[in-house]
Amino acid sequence: MVAIKQQFEVPAKLKTWSLALTAIGALAIIIGFVHWGLSPDQHQKDIFWGTVMYNSIFFMLITNASMFFICATTLAMGGWQTAFRRVPEAISTVVPIFGLIAFSVLIYITWGMGSSTHIYQWLNKAQLEKDGNAEVLKKLGFLNPYFFFIWTTLAIGLWSLLGYRMRKLSREADEASLKGEEPGRSFILRNTISAAVFIVWFALTVGSTIPWLWMMSIDANWYSTMYSWYTFASSFVSGMSLIALWVIYLKNKGYLEYTNEEHLHDLGKFMFAFSIFWTYLWFSQYMLIWYGNIPEETVYFKHRVQGPYKGIFFLNIIINFVCPILILMKRSAKRNYTLVTFMAVLIIFGHWIDFYQMVMGSIRKESASLSWLDFGTAAFFVGMMIYIVANSLSKKPLVPKYHPFLKESLIYNT
Amino acid sequence: MSKKKFVVAAFDDEDVLFPAVKKVRTSGYKIHDVYTPFAVHGLDHALGLRETSLHTAGFIYGITGTTTALSCISWILTADWPMNFGGKPHFALPAWIPITFELTVLFAAVGMVLTFCYLCQLAPFVKKHHFHARATDDLFVMVIECTAKTNVDDLMGFLSSTGALEVNVQVAEPEWWLGTYDKEQQLIKGSHVEVA
Repeated sequence: MVAIKQQFEVPAKLKTWSLALTAIGALAIIIGFVHWGLSPDQHQKDIFWGTVMYNSIFFMLITNASMFFICATTLAMGGWQTAFRRVPEAISTVVPIFGLIAFSVLIYITWGMGSSTHIYQWLNKAQLEKDGNAEVLKKLGFLNPYFFFIWTTLAIGLWSLLGYRMRKLSREADEASLKGEEPGRSFILRNTISAAVFIVWFALTVGSTIPWLWMMSIDANWYSTMYSWYTFASSFVSGMSLIALWVIYLKNKGYLEYTNEEHLHDLGKFMFAFSIFWTYLWFSQYMLIWYGNIPEETVYFKHRVQGPYKGIFFLNIIINFVCPILILMKRSAKRNYTLVTFMAVLIIFGHWIDFYQMVMGSIRKESASLSWLDFGTAAFFVGMMIYIVANSLSKKPLVPKYHPFLKESLIYNT
Repeated sequence: MSKKKFVVAAFDDEDVLFPAVKKVRTSGYKIHDVYTPFAVHGLDHALGLRETSLHTAGFIYGITGTTTALSCISWILTADWPMNFGGKPHFALPAWIPITFELTVLFAAVGMVLTFCYLCQLAPFVKKHHFHARATDDLFVMVIECTAKTNVDDLMGFLSSTGALEVNVQVAEPEWWLGTYDKEQQLIKGSHVEVA
């Protein structure tokens, strides 16, 4: 074996830039807080907290998608990702920190602002009773601050904990004691069990309840059975793009010698396939509501398709469907580092816009404005994500040397 | 249609086959084809085959399906026979998407299957010479086309040295011909093949 660069060293430039980005973002959030958050008008406050909320949820979910990717490939007995497996592992270390931020924001909204906020109308039971809103009153067993608190704590806590367990197991792959058939088998078995537990919890949260609780309940009267899958598809495709970006960055810096176009091709396939999957869910949700044309259902789309969010709504489809299907379709495109980088950035941006219109489109129905606050908040999370991921990458060897499936990844052929 | 002379070598291991393919090609022999019981990854590269254009054909069929569906439905429902379905506009694009999707898939799938059959010369009653019956079971069969200059004995010795289990010479028809299964055996034994 040729000597390879095993240990990632964080370049000083990356550190400076990520911290600068975080600082700019933090500044934007502080100014936004002074500007909107302290305003006596509850609607202004809601806009500020809504912006921080969708950003923290989005960035937490796309980093959590990395752990989902590891667990899903582990359960599928996949070997191809072993060569760069440490990258999604490092990305998933962000989950506890972003989780804490998202948790604080969500709990502040439900417990701090409580019934005065209009973000979640179900917090104000008196108003619901006054309005005779039987539809939402029926849902209060699920939509109440207590359940919200417990379920949010459990969700974020278990994602972090189970993710930590997977990463801890992965450390064993650096030890020579894993050589040989018996230890290898037991390692894979333990990995499989941990991954299965994570996947089950992931399905119960990201795959169903969490998007209902955090985002769909902003329109408490409206519901869609596609919503959670839609959120999952959105976060997973952006998560795959994020992994691709980090892999390409490390390759650019001369690391990950064993990862090549074959692996990039498969990451590209994931980005392509899940963009189509997202569109499938988008369309299934939209078409049925459009066809049925029932006021209770169309209320969600009215101001999005025909109102102020029209531009963003269609931009969303162009970025997240038309671009991936046309650009990523060719085999040579998925094996091209520049094109995959471009598409990954575009897809992450597109799904960030998607989350923007999902949350802000319901909080701020009268006008759509992607302002400096949105971009500033995103910059805060992006900067922090870069800093934490780079740090985590430098803590472990980049290649799990004794992983039983490593060879499969080295000779991988798409 | 003319018969040609082939040297046929059978291998029982991919790991032997790959170096053999490489050696045969670097020695300047022309490989007619390699018949394997299953798809062997990377063999097309080793043989130096060009990338298939089947997927380009598939894309074109798909696009044809999309345009067929959209132009047909929009012409029928807006120009030829406009009808009111649930108060929707005549040009009701979202409602047409599922059918457009289905037709895209149908055109692409059927078109690609037929193109694949055409490229592989597969059709009912089309017969091709089988160089080795066990190519469909457990042997990898490499077939080398002989030219006027080829020294067959040298080549056979060379193939044995690369690890071939058995080597023989066959004079066979490389193209397809019309026939049925009951006549096939006779054809091979009779006029089409002579095993040396």
